[in-house]
Amino acid sequence: MQPVFALVDCNNFYVSCERVFDPSLEGRPIVVLSNNDGCVVSRSDEAKALGITVGVPVYQIRALIRTHGVRLLSSNYALYGDMSRRVMETLEQFSPSVEVYSIDEAFLNLAGFSRINLTDYGRRIRATVKQWTGLPVSVGIAETKTLAKLANRLAKRSAEPAGVLDLTDTPNREHILAATTVGDIWGLGESMARLLESHGICTALQLRDADERWIGKHLGVVGLRLVRELRGLSCFSVESVPPPKQGIAVSRMFGRPVESLEELCEAVAAYTARAGEKLRRERLLAKGLWVFLMTNRFIDESCDSKSVFLELPVPTDDTGDLIHHALRGARRTFKAGCRYKKAGVVLTELTPADRRQIDLFDPTDRDASRRLMQALDRLNKQMGAGTIRYAAARLSQRWQARFAHRSPAYTTNWCELVQASAS
Amino acid sequence: MSERDRSLAFERPLFVAAVPAGFPSPADDYVEGTLDLHQHLIKHPAATFFVRVTGDSMIDAGIHPGDLLIVDRALTPAEGNVVIAVLDGELTVKRLQRVNAKPVLVADNRHYPPIRPRENQEFEIWGVVTYVIHKV
Repeated sequence: MQPVFALVDCNNFYVSCERVFDPSLEGRPIVVLSNNDGCVVSRSDEAKALGITVGVPVYQIRALIRTHGVRLLSSNYALYGDMSRRVMETLEQFSPSVEVYSIDEAFLNLAGFSRINLTDYGRRIRATVKQWTGLPVSVGIAETKTLAKLANRLAKRSAEPAGVLDLTDTPNREHILAATTVGDIWGLGESMARLLESHGICTALQLRDADERWIGKHLGVVGLRLVRELRGLSCFSVESVPPPKQGIAVSRMFGRPVESLEELCEAVAAYTARAGEKLRRERLLAKGLWVFLMTNRFIDESCDSKSVFLELPVPTDDTGDLIHHALRGARRTFKAGCRYKKAGVVLTELTPADRRQIDLFDPTDRDASRRLMQALDRLNKQMGAGTIRYAAARLSQRWQARFAHRSPAYTTNWCELVQASAS
Repeated sequence: MSERDRSLAFERPLFVAAVPAGFPSPADDYVEGTLDLHQHLIKHPAATFFVRVTGDSMIDAGIHPGDLLIVDRALTPAEGNVVIAVLDGELTVKRLQRVNAKPVLVADNRHYPPIRPRENQEFEIWGVVTYVIHKV
């Protein structure tokens, strides 16, 4: 059966999520900022038209913001995460296998759908996601993932049919490949693109028609696969079952540089508690734990970013255990006089919780621990994140990143629900 | 493991699991699970949103200020539905009617006049209200 893939990608995802719940943001230049309100991470079309690029620090566009009334929003990951889940669930009715590729894009396996008009099908996907979630998406359809991704890029710009491009039914495919630079091909890194350009291969069309032996020699297997994918031979399939988690990471930038061990430990404890929550949600136990502390290397030359690995005596999902070890790691890594800008915790060597082995030397009553963690998670879920906290994570949290322009958690917090006026 | 940890290791009981004994419950075969309100009220989880009401213009429909609305965006709005509409950048809850094939937003409260969206006015149906949750 001829493989067919659709790549469904949300347009300006973060900005679009904000607009669903605050329609007054429609038609205006909007940008969503990174953690700590530092850089632009998502832009509305109106903001793009002003020349605002992704990654630009806010302070560099102050003048633009003032003259054009650009609205700034802090990132609201609770909202984006929930909306992403809704989009992916909505897509499930359109294909037996859906691969969630990132927070705002998914591959759909459409093999065997050849009897229907795929452009119409793409339109239906687009209309349904828009109606169910309020989010605009673009759909690229082709016989390989690489071509579907490429089609999606162009679908975003096409006016007719709006937001859908089916490459399997496009007579002038050569034109489309010629209009795509190698730098814009999915999975082709920057150094690879530069190498190709230096050999006169600048477009997807030129790469498609390149000599396989030359590609194999210079770009290896990865390059060969890309060339074949551009030729319409599918090398990547839809991976609907996500690979088992390798690690659970929680890290954040600080709102300001942190210099005291006490504050650093508070932050590490808070991140560890969050990682523990995620661990239990996935029903996993961790046997290893990394703690890393990052300094601002431009300011403190003598202070390097450092990380430390701790092996836990018994695989655990108990936040108390995890914090105990994470703080040991933090104390060991901390160096007085350094200014830290970020800290993080990664839980590794994960095993399913239902395969826990009983350890005779385990000092913790695992049954009591399990009940305590369940109660903790239930309370925090029902009454809002952080209702019950470990004292090590403190209440002040002065080091927390700034989210000065954050919208409410419209869909995940009873106290912040979206409002409709009956007046 | 530290010395201290090791000394604590033997303080816990070795057997903690309950050993099954006695007769099984005679109701076991008749258990059908518990009633799940979420499942009963929500047909399209991906498309369903909870919305808080402010104002009293829908009071005769049993929608009070502070009530919680269950809104299903997967439903196609039909005449007579209570809907969430976008009007001038704001979400509003009203009953959808049609007069001369044009949409009219009607309040269920005689103190509020109906709203006829103008041609150039930003207007869109956001979702269909399926249930009201009201604290008595």
